[in-house]
Amino acid sequence: MSTTTPASVIEVKNLACGYGDTVILQDISFAVHEREVLFVIGGSGCGKSTLLRCLIGLLKPLRGDVSYFGKSFTAADATQRREILKTFGVLYQNNALWSSMTLAENVALPLEEHTSLTREYRQEIVALKLTQVGLAGSEERYPSELSGGMKKRAALARALALDPAIVFFDEPSTGLDPITLREMDRLILQVRDTFGTTMVIVSHQLSSVFRLADRVIVLDREAKGIIAEGVPAELAATSTDARVRGFLNLEADLTTRHEPGPPSPGK
Amino acid sequence: MTASPPSPEAGADSKAATAQWEAGPSGGECTVKVGGDWQLSDPVPNWSALLNQRAATDVCVMPQDLGKWDTSLVLFLVHGRAWCVASKHEFLAEALPDNLQKLLRQVAEVSAQKAKPKASIVSPLVLAGSIARKWTGKVTEVVAFVGECTLGFAGLVRNPGRFRWMDWLVQMQQCWVTSLPIVGLVSFLVGVILAFQAALQLRQFGAAIFVADVVGLTVVREMGPMMASMIVAGGTGAGFAAQLGNMKVDEEIDALETLGISSVDFLALPRLLAVTVMMPILVVYANVLGILGGMFVSAVMLDIPVSAYWIETQESVGVSDVTSGLVKSVFFGMAIGLAGCLRGMKCDRSASGVGTATSSAVVTGMMLIVLADAVFALIYNVLGI
Repeated sequence: MSTTTPASVIEVKNLACGYGDTVILQDISFAVHEREVLFVIGGSGCGKSTLLRCLIGLLKPLRGDVSYFGKSFTAADATQRREILKTFGVLYQNNALWSSMTLAENVALPLEEHTSLTREYRQEIVALKLTQVGLAGSEERYPSELSGGMKKRAALARALALDPAIVFFDEPSTGLDPITLREMDRLILQVRDTFGTTMVIVSHQLSSVFRLADRVIVLDREAKGIIAEGVPAELAATSTDARVRGFLNLEADLTTRHEPGPPSPGK
Repeated sequence: MTASPPSPEAGADSKAATAQWEAGPSGGECTVKVGGDWQLSDPVPNWSALLNQRAATDVCVMPQDLGKWDTSLVLFLVHGRAWCVASKHEFLAEALPDNLQKLLRQVAEVSAQKAKPKASIVSPLVLAGSIARKWTGKVTEVVAFVGECTLGFAGLVRNPGRFRWMDWLVQMQQCWVTSLPIVGLVSFLVGVILAFQAALQLRQFGAAIFVADVVGLTVVREMGPMMASMIVAGGTGAGFAAQLGNMKVDEEIDALETLGISSVDFLALPRLLAVTVMMPILVVYANVLGILGGMFVSAVMLDIPVSAYWIETQESVGVSDVTSGLVKSVFFGMAIGLAGCLRGMKCDRSASGVGTATSSAVVTGMMLIVLADAVFALIYNVLGI
């Protein structure tokens, strides 16, 4: 019996990234497969967001290569780069919605820039995308009129405007209450199941990791690289690295109610 | 019937999106077969092209060699469903992939939202009323802000220890540093221009020496205060609005208010007093540079000795002339500070809000300066100054 490996949509080879002379991450290599939900996790300052910025082209890698669908993004010229940029959407930590535009205008802008669709058709797509994220009828509202969860969903609608093959999320749980967070997680899964979108999520929200992730990669500040890679539940149970086990089992520790200790002697 | 031609951009391994209409037996339920790759970036069939004046009927959608699909297929199906609903017929999509059916159910209301109410024509009376309300609100806002600043100033007089003196000094320094070069240059050039213009007329009567009178009086009474305050309004006033506007957007002003700290006392008053104090100093500087500009032209172009020019200026420009300009400048400074701080603190919570507040601060500041100047011209005329 033969098994088929899913196609890699992103391939990262020997990537090193940092700022100026400071190297934050080095020798990073991994692949993301079609329809996969990959989480990049790790403690504060381990380089999660730096890695994401390298992947989406906001930060030039110091060394190494990032390729999408077999085409190098790092070595791409302006035209190739524009084509690759169309294949992914990004949801930023602070949503990055354009505050002077309505939600409809926010979602329509990628369509205006990258397609030759008619205005009416674009409007219909915008309405559809907003409905898909639960913001039907909010087309004419401005970002400043929305709650944190609504802004997050609007940002997701914008990221999905071009039906990208890949969506990157930078800390999608920022500023969300547990119920809204669960709703956001449900939405992410729904998009993946409906359109087969590949998801790369930078987060340290462990509940979302266990709920959504097909695979995680764990970064470490001291190691300046990946210290573990695999299915979260398996890593939590079987990893030989204490840092990985400690990180992935943290939520269980935090949610366990600690009984008060015995009274101190002398009282 | 295939509703669209194959995509010219389609790659070797991608198939063009197709939608075929097959009439059912005896004109009953029709079948629409959708197939190929449906991508937003490629030409895709649309429902109206597929219909081609067909009679309304029940429609059953079937996948046939359906490849990749995205929102374009969803929209196609949404249009089809809307057409069936409008003609009270069934739209059957059970044969489609589950995830597609689920998405279709989710976006059921999209087509219903398309029809938006048209904006009705507003009667002139309603329009006038809404403009009046808007302006009443604006005037109330200004009056309230001036009142708050006055109360803040009264608090400063009662309890000077609570005032943020260091902020005041920093603001004065910033106002001075940003304005000094440009005020100096503009004032000097204004002196040069005035001297040229005056010389053109006065030389005809052999009265070139009176260029010193024209330049001295015009600069000291009008142009010095006016030019300096315009430049400060464009630089410092705009800076106040942008700074406070950003603080508003970042909720820093809210944080002050919730701590029980008056944002007017904390943020506006030091700025307002800084620019009010700095304006007369800048005007003295502008006056000196303006007179020097006139002196330069007279010495170089009109052959008037510097000493003669200086004596003529001393004789023509009195203390009351200088004072009248300086008194005005204090009020100009207050106008600039008020406009900058008010617009900044009342700005919308967005990046464009900060931009609007900044430009509005400059426009308001300049308007207030010109208004104040007109009022002072009247007062001085009545007083005979």
